[in-house]
Amino acid sequence: MDSHAINDLKKLLGADAVLHRPEELLLYEYDGSVEVARPNCVVFPRHTKEVVGIVQIANRYQIPMIGRGAGTGLSGGALARQGGVLVVFSRMNRILEIDVENQCAVVQPGVVNADLSVAVAQTGLHFAPDPSSQKASTIGGNVSENSGGPHTLAYGVTTNHVHSLEAVLPTGELVRLGSPALDSPGYDLPGLFVGSEGTLALVTEITVKLTRLPETVKTLLAIFDTVDDATETVVDITARGITPAACEMLDGWTIRAVEAYVHAGFPVDCAAVLLLEVDGLREAAEQHAEEVADVCRLHHAREVRVARDARERDLLWKGRKNAFGAVGRLSPTYYVQDGVIPRTKLPQTLRRINEIGEKYGFEIGNIFHAGDGNLHPIILFDAREEKQFQRAVASADEIIGFCIEMGGSITGEHGVGMEKDRLMPLLFTEDDMNLMRRVRDAYNPVGLLNPGKIFPDTKGCGEIHVRPLPVAGASRA
Amino acid sequence: MNTASATVPSRLADIVGPSNVVADPAQLAAFAIDDKKPSVSVSPQLIAEIVEIVKFARKEKLAIIATGARTKLGIGLPPRQYDIALNMTRLDRLVSYDPGDLTLSAEAGIPLHKLSAILGEHHQFLPLAAPYFDRTTIGGTIASGVDGPLRQLYGTARDYLLGMEFVTGEGVVAKSGGRVVKNVTGYDIHKVMIGALGTLGVITRINFKTFPRLLSSRAFVSTFQTLERACGMRNRVSQSHLAPVTMEIFSPGVANLFSTETASRIAPNSIPENILGGSRWIFTSGFAGNPNALARYENDLRKMAEECGAVDAAVLEGPQLASAFALKREFIPLALSFSSAATILKISVLPRQIAEALTAATREAESRHLPWVVMARGVGMIYFAILAGESSEATKQQVVQASDNILLACAALGGNATIPWCPTAWKNTLRVWGPPRADFAQMLKLKKAFDPDAILSPGRFVGGI
Repeated sequence: MDSHAINDLKKLLGADAVLHRPEELLLYEYDGSVEVARPNCVVFPRHTKEVVGIVQIANRYQIPMIGRGAGTGLSGGALARQGGVLVVFSRMNRILEIDVENQCAVVQPGVVNADLSVAVAQTGLHFAPDPSSQKASTIGGNVSENSGGPHTLAYGVTTNHVHSLEAVLPTGELVRLGSPALDSPGYDLPGLFVGSEGTLALVTEITVKLTRLPETVKTLLAIFDTVDDATETVVDITARGITPAACEMLDGWTIRAVEAYVHAGFPVDCAAVLLLEVDGLREAAEQHAEEVADVCRLHHAREVRVARDARERDLLWKGRKNAFGAVGRLSPTYYVQDGVIPRTKLPQTLRRINEIGEKYGFEIGNIFHAGDGNLHPIILFDAREEKQFQRAVASADEIIGFCIEMGGSITGEHGVGMEKDRLMPLLFTEDDMNLMRRVRDAYNPVGLLNPGKIFPDTKGCGEIHVRPLPVAGASRA
Repeated sequence: MNTASATVPSRLADIVGPSNVVADPAQLAAFAIDDKKPSVSVSPQLIAEIVEIVKFARKEKLAIIATGARTKLGIGLPPRQYDIALNMTRLDRLVSYDPGDLTLSAEAGIPLHKLSAILGEHHQFLPLAAPYFDRTTIGGTIASGVDGPLRQLYGTARDYLLGMEFVTGEGVVAKSGGRVVKNVTGYDIHKVMIGALGTLGVITRINFKTFPRLLSSRAFVSTFQTLERACGMRNRVSQSHLAPVTMEIFSPGVANLFSTETASRIAPNSIPENILGGSRWIFTSGFAGNPNALARYENDLRKMAEECGAVDAAVLEGPQLASAFALKREFIPLALSFSSAATILKISVLPRQIAEALTAATREAESRHLPWVVMARGVGMIYFAILAGESSEATKQQVVQASDNILLACAALGGNATIPWCPTAWKNTLRVWGPPRADFAQMLKLKKAFDPDAILSPGRFVGGI
């Protein structure tokens, strides 16, 4: 990278806000995915004006720029695939406004997801999107990826909780999209920009909706001796029109990994558990909990435990949310997939995943958002063996292929990023993608912002995407 | 239309067959938008036909406007050009419905009530309680961006739309999203199609998440002497753990709207006099659940109403509830049919600003002796209807001044205000889309990406897009 550009950035931001030595950049060459890409330079803006300045410098020197929050993403969205300047928002981490009466807040992109909920907890409100990475991941990152989480089953994903955005376009224009009041006249630009994986703008301010905490929460742990019984239970709960606030599944293998690490109280001798939560008014939640427990028993649940208090509930959730960390202790590398299927297809899909694991000789664990059909198969492999890596990718592709066959999708919440771009043609026609590319080019005309993401390279049709060797252990899902 | 106009119907007939093309001016009156008639209407049944029609129109520089049940075409500015009415009502198939997964995919021309009936057989529903419910198509409902009473609990279409297929202004079939309930693959293009009045593409297929039918439901209604007290009740409920299905505030005088012949057809079961009559503001909130939850709602709401100074309260159920719900849903058509020059402002503010926005609005109308009526949703959406009886120049001036001032007042509050419905003749004077928008330049970029030659619904949208 042009040393003049680095100097300009230092002049703009101060020397302490610019990293460019190789040893400093090492930390920023990976995120939560198995991808690796090193930026030429990392910068830490403190306010919107500095972001505009960075974009102007990037334009002057024609350097790619990539936004990044906490780097917990699982698809390489925040990696500098073609090098360039990584714009890290960790210093723009202030909650600018909390409006309790109107149930909204204005935050900078670097605010950590869980911090917002903590900040408003006393008012009886929370920020509903709860990715498992919520203790680290930023709201700006959540906006880019349209993050989900266990409770999106009832509460919706990030886009359902964003009113408006302030953003710097890759051309340097500062724009405000949407409005805090509902139904802003004109096209739903926040709806388009949320989930655009950092390819349309660098978001500098977000107005989010705050949701009232439920009066009653009931957390249930249903224990099964076969995976089929657990998946059939999910199918039945969905078909009966019971919408729990969360419906998570962990298979036996994952449970054993989690227990060794977190001691959440999951039974280590079972084939699967469902972690179910119902919430709402006391009168409704109590009945729902009973209904859910009845369906579990109908499908031969060995036992249905109800968390007695907040401590027990937190422990169960700790087990769920730290599962990926637990898996990281067992294998030098793992590869998490994010396919989605119609909920009615859960039983056969889990069986197929198992077969695929056997075929390729991999241990594949399953811990996922069963209630909305969002799978997270974890493929354990040793990245130090190139052949294993190729086989891991092949098995993952086979799983995704099956999801699509079932009428599903390649990613439910992790994003396409640089990990699944080559899979896009499985879901979208060239015409579909060309229109999306045209939308991207409308706001990102030179392609300087987050290049090489989402859409497969049109030049090498059918070309096999060569990846760098993955690094050990992604952290969260 | 240009010189090729004479051959247009026959060229279109080549695509869809002569029986699906109408060129008779008398019949085309039914497709008029703001008194502008198209030169031809064409009814395709296949997406491939739409592609051909759009490509043909583009080559001939003809403007296309997709229509469904034609109930909401009055929204927005008059079209700049209007050659072909693309009648979508033959594209009315249910493509797929997986009740077990609570997802469906349907073609745009399917009537909403028909879809509701299918879902009802499986004890499910779509929370799109849109006005003109008995006629409107799902394509029209989505393209017009109207909302309904159920948004209190379920949000709007953007919250349960899973994906879409459409034909762009270049005649390209494209899609976004998918059929599963959770999906972040590719851009959420379907979201920008909502409320875009067909300016970005012709919507051909829509995928939705469906919902389990509510357990038995009821509505709590209470009346208040002042707007502030009614809003106080709204605030009180919002601060509680209650999660009502609907929540609205109606102004005094809404009884006039709800007691017309049209209204009695929509809602055959009368609402109690003590609730609808008189000079009081009405707060209403629907709720649902098991018997214990219903009792809790009723009990809590009664207590809150008392604390907030309600004059009267009642609980509606059964046929009365159905009628009350229909009246809420059909507020806009009822207001439009009530007076010949009805002008409806759509205002959105933060929920705590409802009282302030309405105080400003009513002041502007009252000071000009313009009759008005209001429906305000608890989420902060206000429909302020000025029920002007005649479209004379003098009345027009009064309405223009009043609405200009209301627009300013809402802007000062940081809210949005537009005038989706008003007499055609007033559209060149009223600020139909409200004050100029800072993000307009970004909208233009989108329009150019979808419809570079601006042949789709030209001129009707924000800023004349």
